[in-house]
Amino acid sequence: MKITKDQVEHVAHLARLSLTEEEKVQMTKDMEMILEFADQINEYTFEDVNATAHVIPINNVFRDDEVSPSMNRDVLLSNAPSKENGCYTVPKVVE
Amino acid sequence: MKTVLEMANQLKNKEVSSLELVESYLKRIHDVEQHVNAFLHMDEEAIKTQAKSIDQRRARGEELSAFAGIPISIKDNICTKDIRTTCASKMLENFVPPYNATVINKIQSKDMILFGKLNMDEFAMGSSTENSAFKITRNPWNLDYVPGGSSGGSAAAVAAMMTPLALGSDTGGSIRQPASYCGVVGLKPTYGRVSRFGLVAFASSLDQIGPLGQNVEDVALAMNVIGGHDAMDSTSAPVDSLDYTAKLKESLKGKRIGLPIEFFGDGINVEVKDAVLAAAKEYENLGAIVEEVRFDLSNLSLPAYYLISSAEASSNLARYDGIKYGYRTPEFENLLDLYQKTRDEAFGKEVKRRIMLGTYALSSGYYDAYYKKAQQVRTLIKQEFDQLFEKYDVLLTPTGPTTAFKVGAKTNNPVEMYLTDICTVPINIAGVPAISINCGYDQKGLPIGLQLIGKAFDEQTILNFAYQYEQHANVDKRTVTIG
Repeated sequence: MKITKDQVEHVAHLARLSLTEEEKVQMTKDMEMILEFADQINEYTFEDVNATAHVIPINNVFRDDEVSPSMNRDVLLSNAPSKENGCYTVPKVVE
Repeated sequence: MKTVLEMANQLKNKEVSSLELVESYLKRIHDVEQHVNAFLHMDEEAIKTQAKSIDQRRARGEELSAFAGIPISIKDNICTKDIRTTCASKMLENFVPPYNATVINKIQSKDMILFGKLNMDEFAMGSSTENSAFKITRNPWNLDYVPGGSSGGSAAAVAAMMTPLALGSDTGGSIRQPASYCGVVGLKPTYGRVSRFGLVAFASSLDQIGPLGQNVEDVALAMNVIGGHDAMDSTSAPVDSLDYTAKLKESLKGKRIGLPIEFFGDGINVEVKDAVLAAAKEYENLGAIVEEVRFDLSNLSLPAYYLISSAEASSNLARYDGIKYGYRTPEFENLLDLYQKTRDEAFGKEVKRRIMLGTYALSSGYYDAYYKKAQQVRTLIKQEFDQLFEKYDVLLTPTGPTTAFKVGAKTNNPVEMYLTDICTVPINIAGVPAISINCGYDQKGLPIGLQLIGKAFDEQTILNFAYQYEQHANVDKRTVTIG
């Protein structure tokens, strides 16, 4: 599996990482090595095998629709790196 | 070294006070922690205050839980209210959770003493605890060696006798592999057995919290505290909790052990293989029937595991955006710049590697070849386990292909590091429970671990097999000397 620098940049953008040039070179090598290893699963074909996302037989977990108190807003905001008037602050996103 | 039950009895009979007990552990920590580096943070005053309060309540004649005053230390990816929970990452260096994980509420409801937060690989990604952003934990048996990972702090702290019990988390072997490297007992319960509410997510379909301890009974007792259904975790199994100690003393006569030969092949160190095969003989002496079995797709477990776990990690770790909590870069030009710089500056090398691999495996054009295919492998591996457990009570394998390796030995080759998990990942992929216990030492004096794998929700049987081996097998029992 050949990985190009363009691919690394594309995936890094999807993952919202901006790697340094040095990191990109290393990441290209590492991903090639790991994907070559991972490609062992492509030596097999599985025609009629369902994909398993969850190993124990649970689905649609419901609970009664009961009102209960939510966590205090100031407490929840206590870990925010930047906040104002009970809100998170973010850079301007709409011009 | 006292067992949890012995300590509990001494506390109950007032032969020892809680304060004396915690002070004895704190003294041990003062003596050896400088060499081992297992803890990330600890509040001695809070520990002593809690111990004193338990002593006062006991003196007043208050009826206390059997576990009241027993120390337990916590891997630093389990949320503790008002106590920093860092995941050994710069991203969460100053994160103070406003709530407790369910397991912490359970521990506190029994008045166990929350002893400290333990080092780990960043976001539980790693097999040596060298990926911690803060410090490198050492193996108490030989300080030049790694303790394993990602719950390396948990295993090392128990092995160094700095805490009688610890909680870890296990996504692909992160409780069992360090337990094996450090010569302690580590249990990964069935997926869904212990609530994940408040466990910082790495790979949600694989992660499971479990206990580490000095002996099998201690670990079973810890399961009695932390197990059970939790409405706060929608993947928590709606099954009754049970007494994990109930079957420890059952005879193994006529019970069946499968020995999957693929776990004893190339890549498994000879000393490890011999020790686990010797354990199989011990089981025969205890009356069990041991048979070799095939586990055909074992070679696909590890690639499937790294694809699934990295895909889930890339999506779970998208939450670290520098806005809601955690690190934020000091200087940025716009929102995208804020995201990228924040993540670039605060995530370590291995975490970035997994995010990249996972994002790639989920990206358009590769999803079918990697992610979907890995999930198909998962179905097949689960079926293989199901078939084997129709005939066998447990499967016996090495916990890891080798004993502990030297610090720095594998840091430059990610695939070599991943291979240390080859015996443990199939268990997470199938969601079944497994335990690692010590079964001897190699020529360097490093512990060797064996792994017992059980049916889903049948922890009692693997605990039974582990206990019988620990009590009756002829293994040399050593204690660690540090410094």
